[in-house]
Amino acid sequence: MNRRGLLRPLAVTGRAVLGGLALIGRVAIFAARGVSHLLRPPFYFREFLNALMAIGYFSLPVVGLTAFFTGGALALQIYAGGARFSAEAVVPQIVAIGMVRELGPVLVGLMIAARVTSSIAAEIATMKVTEQIDALVTLSTDPMKYLAAPRLLAATLVVPALVGIGDIIGIAGGFTVGIGQLGFNPATYMRNTVDFLERADILSSLIKGAAFGFIAALMGCYHGMRAGRGALGVGRATKASVQAAAVLILAANFLLTNLLFPA
Amino acid sequence: MIQLRDIHKSFAGKPVLAGVDLAVGRGESMVIIGGSGSGKSVLLKCILGLIAPDRGQILFEGRDVNGIERDAFLSRFGMLFQGGALFDSLPVWQNVAFRLLRGALRRPRAEARAIAIEKLRRVGLGPEVADQLPAELSGGMQKRVGLARAIAAEPEIIFFDEPTTGLDPIMSGVINALIREIVTEMGATAITITHDMSSVRAIADRVAMLHDGVIKWTGPVAEMDRSGDPYLDQFINGRPEGPIAALR
Repeated sequence: MNRRGLLRPLAVTGRAVLGGLALIGRVAIFAARGVSHLLRPPFYFREFLNALMAIGYFSLPVVGLTAFFTGGALALQIYAGGARFSAEAVVPQIVAIGMVRELGPVLVGLMIAARVTSSIAAEIATMKVTEQIDALVTLSTDPMKYLAAPRLLAATLVVPALVGIGDIIGIAGGFTVGIGQLGFNPATYMRNTVDFLERADILSSLIKGAAFGFIAALMGCYHGMRAGRGALGVGRATKASVQAAAVLILAANFLLTNLLFPA
Repeated sequence: MIQLRDIHKSFAGKPVLAGVDLAVGRGESMVIIGGSGSGKSVLLKCILGLIAPDRGQILFEGRDVNGIERDAFLSRFGMLFQGGALFDSLPVWQNVAFRLLRGALRRPRAEARAIAIEKLRRVGLGPEVADQLPAELSGGMQKRVGLARAIAAEPEIIFFDEPTTGLDPIMSGVINALIREIVTEMGATAITITHDMSSVRAIADRVAMLHDGVIKWTGPVAEMDRSGDPYLDQFINGRPEGPIAALR
């Protein structure tokens, strides 16, 4: 093997590392620019309200259904698993802590990545390939300020609310199964749930929601703005945005869990 | 009013503009012609600052555009995009009045709507289209809405990017006539890029031909047919044989 052949793995690794670092840098600069536009006028309030509705209100059905079924399934699993060591009674507590600390934020985050990130990326990418972004610039409107900043703020504010609602509906799912199928006393179930949850659990859920909302909107805006040409460019941008948002949300969940609940 | 000096721009190592020099006077209607992919749109986007040239200088009223405050510079321009570039999510009147609803030129909503309806009337569209979405309009109507948006804030300079592409010959004639009328009526400076020779003859005071990244010929439209320039002759007569290589 000649010298060039020996060095090839190193070159490939180096290129990948440099590419990864450049990507992190680009995303960080994009995020900083998006946030900086929130601090400088003008602020497009109508765009912000539209984004609040699209991200928050219209996501309620999918978030509610996902949380309800997950809460119900969780109750069944904990009951069956707990029965192996006579711990069936802990269903209300485990459903509550599981939903609020982990499943609520992560599931809502992933649903938002699927529903909202894809929609933002496809919309902005289509605007790019049809020259609407260029048109915004010629109309003295900064696309970052008009398209990205309102969506970033709306997602960061409204996803925690969705997570809170998802937590409640998930617990309600567990409650419904607990009462209807597993024979729990309603008052006891509710008391065990409420007594067991702490303020820190709820706060962690909302913090995760805000972080996941920001990530979901950021990935939608970033990939939309960098879309290539034509329908293929829109498709690629949409796919890349959802993949990136889902992976980053799960990675951020791990980091935040470590940070909020250190072992 | 606008002067381009030695503008260069390459994409992925491929030169698109290779030293463009061009001057457009105040109140003049300049039409830039050239084959598909010759860099006409890139040139327009360089002037607007949508693309940064690799080299060269763009002067606006004798000042380098890089030294001019961006919003103030852009507020003097209007642009009709090739595909219209209308905002899908906004009704027609909000597209037309976009600039009047936000930023430095902001007006009360009712006034902005009234101006939008007046501009729509100017381009031959009735008030009934004001509340429709762009997707509900035909291609010709979308071009007219784009034209109404370009003139809504009464700009001093208007750019037209392939204004008749995708339109039938009659609608092309209508749009060409509208552009000529509006430019004359407003006393605006206009730069149009096209490869439609009927547009050139209807719109231009002066013509510039872009080929191989440089301006091959420029002069008054009346002299276009007797220029003696082999590139221009081949292009305006649509001949496959000549110095411009045609892929078959």
